[in-house]
Amino acid sequence: MSKGFTPSAATPAVITANDLRQGHCVWMLDGGWTSDPAEAQLYEDEAIADLALLDAISQDNLVVGPYLAEARRGPDGRPEPTHFREAFRRRGPSNYFHGKQAELEASNV
Amino acid sequence: MFDVRPQHNEYLRHRSAQFRRQVERRLDGSLTEEEFRPLRLMNGVYLQLHAYMLRVAIPYGTLKPDQMRTLALLAEKWDKGYGHFTTRQNIQYNWPKLVDIPDMLDALADAGLHAIQTSGNTIRNVTTDAFAGAAADEVTDPRPYAELLRMWSTDHGEFQFLPRKFKIAISGGDKDRAVIAAHDIGLRLRQNEAGELGFQVWIGGGLGRTPLLGQVVREFLPEADLLPYVEAIISAYNLAGRRDNKYKARIKITVAERGLDVMREEIEAEFLNRRAAFTGVDQALLDELKAVYAAPEFRHEGEGDFEATRAANAAFRSWTDTNLSAHRIPGYASVTVTLKGRGTTPGDASAEQMRLLADLAQQYGHSDIRIAHDQNVVLPHVHKSDLPAIYAALKDAGLATANAGLISDIVACPGMDYCTLATARSIPIAQDIAEHFRQRELEDDIGKIDIRISGCINACGHHHLGHIGILGLDRAGVENYQITLGGDGYDIPAIGQRAGAGFPAEEVVPAIDRLIDTYLDLRESEEERFIDAYRRLGVAPFKAALYPADA
Repeated sequence: MSKGFTPSAATPAVITANDLRQGHCVWMLDGGWTSDPAEAQLYEDEAIADLALLDAISQDNLVVGPYLAEARRGPDGRPEPTHFREAFRRRGPSNYFHGKQAELEASNV
Repeated sequence: MFDVRPQHNEYLRHRSAQFRRQVERRLDGSLTEEEFRPLRLMNGVYLQLHAYMLRVAIPYGTLKPDQMRTLALLAEKWDKGYGHFTTRQNIQYNWPKLVDIPDMLDALADAGLHAIQTSGNTIRNVTTDAFAGAAADEVTDPRPYAELLRMWSTDHGEFQFLPRKFKIAISGGDKDRAVIAAHDIGLRLRQNEAGELGFQVWIGGGLGRTPLLGQVVREFLPEADLLPYVEAIISAYNLAGRRDNKYKARIKITVAERGLDVMREEIEAEFLNRRAAFTGVDQALLDELKAVYAAPEFRHEGEGDFEATRAANAAFRSWTDTNLSAHRIPGYASVTVTLKGRGTTPGDASAEQMRLLADLAQQYGHSDIRIAHDQNVVLPHVHKSDLPAIYAALKDAGLATANAGLISDIVACPGMDYCTLATARSIPIAQDIAEHFRQRELEDDIGKIDIRISGCINACGHHHLGHIGILGLDRAGVENYQITLGGDGYDIPAIGQRAGAGFPAEEVVPAIDRLIDTYLDLRESEEERFIDAYRRLGVAPFKAALYPADA
């Protein structure tokens, strides 16, 4: 879990959690949640990020354990993970083609 | 005392129905996550990295074929077609949906299985030797005592909120295959000079961030005093154990801080009170359980084609050399089916593999299946004349890898591929090491060696007990692996010692390779195992191999 950073333009953040009913990883976007990490909202301002996190925490009937995870803005402007743990959450396990990597492939078919 | 045997599983259905209502209340907003979390944990439901995880207890690692088929059904119907057998003889499902878990618990209840007390600060699944009842060297079968402990500890009102989780292991004799020294309570069956059965009792062992071996608190505890004495230990711990600091809350810290003698005094005093309250019901139950676990009707006949097949089929011979253990009945053997085949994940079995193991146990193995704490499956009672047929069936299912106890038989926790607590991955490291030595075709030459990998300091992969232990850490945002040497969970219990600075992931295999080459160079004979050579030579040559630049 990313800790010890303050969301800013230099160290942006995403808000991520697990879906309450099914358990899969989800990311916050403006006004809701997405299963696609590339669609996540990037927060580059501490106050806005903190407010958004409070909003996420209040959605206890939809998600479990929301937190701010450090991210960076990729070349296409979309969020990318800065830590391997978040990279694994976005991809799925390394021993089976399960998790996000499989979900993503299924949604591209 | 709740009777949770398969024939009396109304209680399990009751618990399952209770959990179903709790899930409903969570989903309709009546329960917050904070309120729901302890309730789901009491039913073995964790939230992991990618999904929920359901941990199902396999009591002392013993399964009937129909129970194994139920585990297969769960894998197929509500998971992704497989399950993961753990170092605590349990099974974990990595992908259940919260909304499906009540149905899974119902299916388990029908087979007399459950997930109760597979989490939380309670008495967890009692573990024992996977060869219990079969091993030639045991005093007696430990399973009736393990079952007695399970029935007594399930929903024990006094012990639902201990300072921390509590693990009991029991060995059927002096040859310890249950790692009793690394448990909160370790029990070793013994006979005294009068030939009476009893236990040597160990307390205060455990791995995790402060690895400590247990100490003997009672040299001989008469068989009949088992429950009152164990109750006295846990009662003393329940009062004295620290609740101010999670990392100092296990009984190993209580014993280390207060001293064994202080603990013993309190335990013995409490034991007198507790024993007076036991009226003998437990002993009547124990007698029943001994009948339940009576030996099967063994066959007394020739070994059939066993030796001829060994002579004709080198692969079969190699498998029988590594994967069979001595059985107390002539003509029988115990079969270890390793879940460590090429490219596989340590401890994982598919639904098809589980069904095959159930069928083989039913047809050839007196309907007895064990899950070993080294993440393998054991068919404890197999007649040697049936081994060629069993081998052929296992081979077709990818389960006939001849590597029990060899370098590719690696114990590994799920690590950061699944676990939220993990600081690095374990599975790919295990797979890379196994593949490396397979490619070098050195497995048989290296012989018996125990490599264990944990993906964090909590040590579910028991890395401290590996001859070579590997601990995955997060070092400044990069996976990094510390190596420990000299651990042993069996003959001479020992905690492995950290060799030095950690290695990045890509340098782990070369480092292990240097260790193994050094061992092969320095061993006195092929019979001298890695751990024997390490004990004879000390750490220096192995440290030099790991860190050549420092040498």
